[in-house]
Amino acid sequence: MLYFAARRFLSALLVMFAISVLVFLIFFATPGVDPAARIAGRNADPATLAQVRHAFGLDRPMPVRYLLMMKHLLVDRDLESFVNRGARVIPQIVQAAPVTLSLVVGAAILWMAVGILMGTAAATMRGTAVDPLIMLVGVVGVSLPAYWLGEVVNLITQKQLHGTVFSWVPPPGYVGLSQNPGEWALHLLFPWLTLSVLYAGIYARLLRGEVVTALNEDYVRTARAKGLSERRILVRHALRCSLIPIVSLFGLDFGALVGGAALLTEVVFGLPGIGKLTFDALQNLDLPVIMGTVLYAAFFVVLANALVDILYARLDPRARHA
Amino acid sequence: MTAQNIVAADTDARPRGDVLLRASDLAKHYPLRAESLTKRRRVLRAVDGVSLDVRGGETLGIVGESGCGKSTLGRCLVRLTDITSGRVEFDGQDITTLSARRLRRIRPGMQLVFQDPQASLNPRRRAGDIVAEPLLIHRYGDAAAVRRRVAELFDVVGLASAHLDRYPHEFSGGQRQRIGIARALATSPKLIVADEPVSALDVSIQAQVLNLFADLQEEFGLTYVFIAHDLGVVRHVSDRIAVMYLGEIVELAATEALYSAPAHPYTQALMSAVPEIDDGPATVKGAGAHRRERIVLTGEVPNPVAKPTGCTFHTRCPYARERCAVEHPRLTETASGRRAACHYPLDGQR
Amino acid sequence: MPDQPLLDVTDLRVSFRTRRGRVTAVDGLSFSVAPGEVLGVVGESGSGKSVSMLAVLRLLTNPNVTVSGEVLFRGRDLLSLPDKQMRAIRGREIAMVFQDPMTALTPVYTVGWQIAEQIRAHEPVSRKEAHARAVELLSDVGIPDAASRVNAYPHEFSGGMRQRAVIAMALACSPALLIADEPTTALDVTIQAQILDLMRELNARGSAVVLITHDMGVVSEIADRVLVMYGGRVAEEGPRQAVFHVPRHPYTWGLLDSVPRVGGTRLRRLPTIAGVPVSPDSLPEGCAFAPRCRLRHERCDERPELSAAPGTPAHRDACRLPADDRTSLRLTARAAATGAAAAEHAGRASKAERADKADVEREAAP
Repeated sequence: MLYFAARRFLSALLVMFAISVLVFLIFFATPGVDPAARIAGRNADPATLAQVRHAFGLDRPMPVRYLLMMKHLLVDRDLESFVNRGARVIPQIVQAAPVTLSLVVGAAILWMAVGILMGTAAATMRGTAVDPLIMLVGVVGVSLPAYWLGEVVNLITQKQLHGTVFSWVPPPGYVGLSQNPGEWALHLLFPWLTLSVLYAGIYARLLRGEVVTALNEDYVRTARAKGLSERRILVRHALRCSLIPIVSLFGLDFGALVGGAALLTEVVFGLPGIGKLTFDALQNLDLPVIMGTVLYAAFFVVLANALVDILYARLDPRARHA
Repeated sequence: MTAQNIVAADTDARPRGDVLLRASDLAKHYPLRAESLTKRRRVLRAVDGVSLDVRGGETLGIVGESGCGKSTLGRCLVRLTDITSGRVEFDGQDITTLSARRLRRIRPGMQLVFQDPQASLNPRRRAGDIVAEPLLIHRYGDAAAVRRRVAELFDVVGLASAHLDRYPHEFSGGQRQRIGIARALATSPKLIVADEPVSALDVSIQAQVLNLFADLQEEFGLTYVFIAHDLGVVRHVSDRIAVMYLGEIVELAATEALYSAPAHPYTQALMSAVPEIDDGPATVKGAGAHRRERIVLTGEVPNPVAKPTGCTFHTRCPYARERCAVEHPRLTETASGRRAACHYPLDGQR
Repeated sequence: MPDQPLLDVTDLRVSFRTRRGRVTAVDGLSFSVAPGEVLGVVGESGSGKSVSMLAVLRLLTNPNVTVSGEVLFRGRDLLSLPDKQMRAIRGREIAMVFQDPMTALTPVYTVGWQIAEQIRAHEPVSRKEAHARAVELLSDVGIPDAASRVNAYPHEFSGGMRQRAVIAMALACSPALLIADEPTTALDVTIQAQILDLMRELNARGSAVVLITHDMGVVSEIADRVLVMYGGRVAEEGPRQAVFHVPRHPYTWGLLDSVPRVGGTRLRRLPTIAGVPVSPDSLPEGCAFAPRCRLRHERCDERPELSAAPGTPAHRDACRLPADDRTSLRLTARAAATGAAAAEHAGRASKAERADKADVEREAAP
């Protein structure tokens, strides 16, 4: 186990190092991104530029610049944005993370619940009209892009019907959980729904396939021969085994979303999360922030991977000794 | 029942030629993945020090329980897999370390027939093309010659020419195995290694395919290495039989000798475990079924990764003594002229 | 009444709706099992032997299946029983063991948990009690160190051990009837011998056993009575000795003759049954075996009824051959089988004959 954990940790470090180098190189290989020009502001004279370059160490060789940036980011934790002078990267991320986490955790609970219900229901009602109907709903969910759905939801709840049905919907934005839990939930309700529609559709389809396969397995026949109730066979045997691949997929999706992949939903609903932060930084070509968010995202994806492996071993005894 | 259909018990069934295939101290080891940095990599000894000769025109049966290495041995014998150590000679030529190119020139002479005809036939190709493939690979001749040869092969294995254009899934299990046999015969091999060729078939179909094997041997003077777990099937087809246990041959004997008086305790236990059909008094059959005393082995086959010390069978052997746990017996001639890997071989004391 | 059967199946029919129309897998099957007896059901693939037993326990869940007939178990018709009562019978009064022990257990629960689940489904006992009984059962079926092995997962058991565990589970509620579907087919011969011993022991404790198998040797070793099935119908049934010593149906002859034996005379060529087993989607009107039978005649177009052998009412077969003198007919059939095979070997069968055979095989191919 220790050997396993150590190997895992080392590979995670390696991945993060590689990503950071890649981001760094891509950034400086992109034309027209001279950070000095951005820091010095518009129409700065060459002398100022040179001064800025020197002050930020931008005239040093690339490896040194990389190490300097990493030192500021990870050791001194005082790396500053190139665009908004004085704005430090780490506090920005620390501030944005809870927003994204709130959004993704809520949506994940929703989509897992709905996905499992839909998938299981469709699988058990195979051969009836309910099955294709549920699956159709799932496909519709999958094919609605989040930004479009979000805009439509906003249009309806903020404009068209805001005066009547949806008068209780607060304007886009975010309220911290510790400040006011009720408002927090209210602000996040539609973002949750929007984000979970896509994933619920995907997970329902996947789970249906898994449960249908499981229901044809020999062990389900054994369970029937034991005289168990259909409900118990479905939940304790078929569904339990079907969840194994679903859960590992969930870990990866969850990690990616927390890392910033919920970007579109955040932007549409004006949530100041990691995705939004990355989005803005990319628009301004603000290397320090990009570097910070990308490393943060990589960290979560790697962490999610490790958690999935551990969870997998918990769920599937066959994986424990392999 | 005609008299010539009975295989005489006391003679060698077929005149034997020279040694066609010889394996000397053959081994195939698979290294397993390390469990941790500190532990040593473990090794699965699938085949461990096997020596045997196969003479031209004879059938050597290889029998044993699952995991005994009989299939791996079969693949080693035709160099379908690389060999860890030891030596394989085919037709007087050492093929142990032949390069892929040189091996290709030998290939037509030795062919393999697999257990699962469904899995070993490409589902997207027509039966005729499947049989033609080895002919094309080994440049048998022009298109017309290949067509003629395929039609001939179909006739030989009892398939109709109407079957040439069908796909594997349109055939029954027995017919698919016939296609596999036709493919193996295409290049007129001297040796066919058949790995459980009838175990997936219903008994009535199994008998048909076994008869086909017998006919082909007689007609083309084929040499077979016949791998199976079914002791009845092996007895039916083989002139001599090698019994394997945990990657080693524990006994090698002529078929009748082996079945009437096994020298190795494992062989004895294996034979006694086969459920026999009781045909009753010798009215119809000609020979009455003789009941034997059953020896039910305790426990299961040990993990081949962690083989027992000494004699690998001593953990389950009803006759094991102290020496068996320490000293590894070699396959040698016993006092009664049999070849068994046992310190205390049985001497017809059944 | 002491002779009342435990299980009495009358005119069981199972059919599947497929794209190519209705397919009859079991075609009017009737048989019974007496308390404490071992009934061996033999047949090749497609004979309907497994499907009929699944139908008895109502384990055919496919919505395209239709089952009809009467299955009386201790006087109750299982086919018309409400689901809940049926569940109370499954696993408690009738247990079933399947062919492949590798896949028969749910991979994510320990063996002990699964045995305890079975006990608790039928008896109001505590978790702890059920667990203790699981240990006892495992040790009963010969698993060494049961107290610790009870907490092992199925994948930690070998095939033979798993089959023991499955049998332990089946025995949990001391069923009156155990249906075992090819319980040893996936196992090595030395392990098979152990499992057969276990079944015998179980039978000695009073359970009746229906053993489904394709292995005539297994039946010969363990069965009291034998049911030979072909094409979803009974070809022959009777006490073991009668069926094995004086078999009456040409199909039974073929089955017995085509098995290569470990003892006795060694034949260069085996007598075979021509063609391939009949497939459920092409069952003939008359005798199902007629297309492969070497002694078929015009009357075989008419479906034969089961009729008793002269002098032995318990030994019945469905064949239109004259009821007496089957033994000499058998020799004729075998000579024909050997002769036809030899002819094929010598000069290769005539074109017409081979085309005929190909037709039979093609029809039967899936």
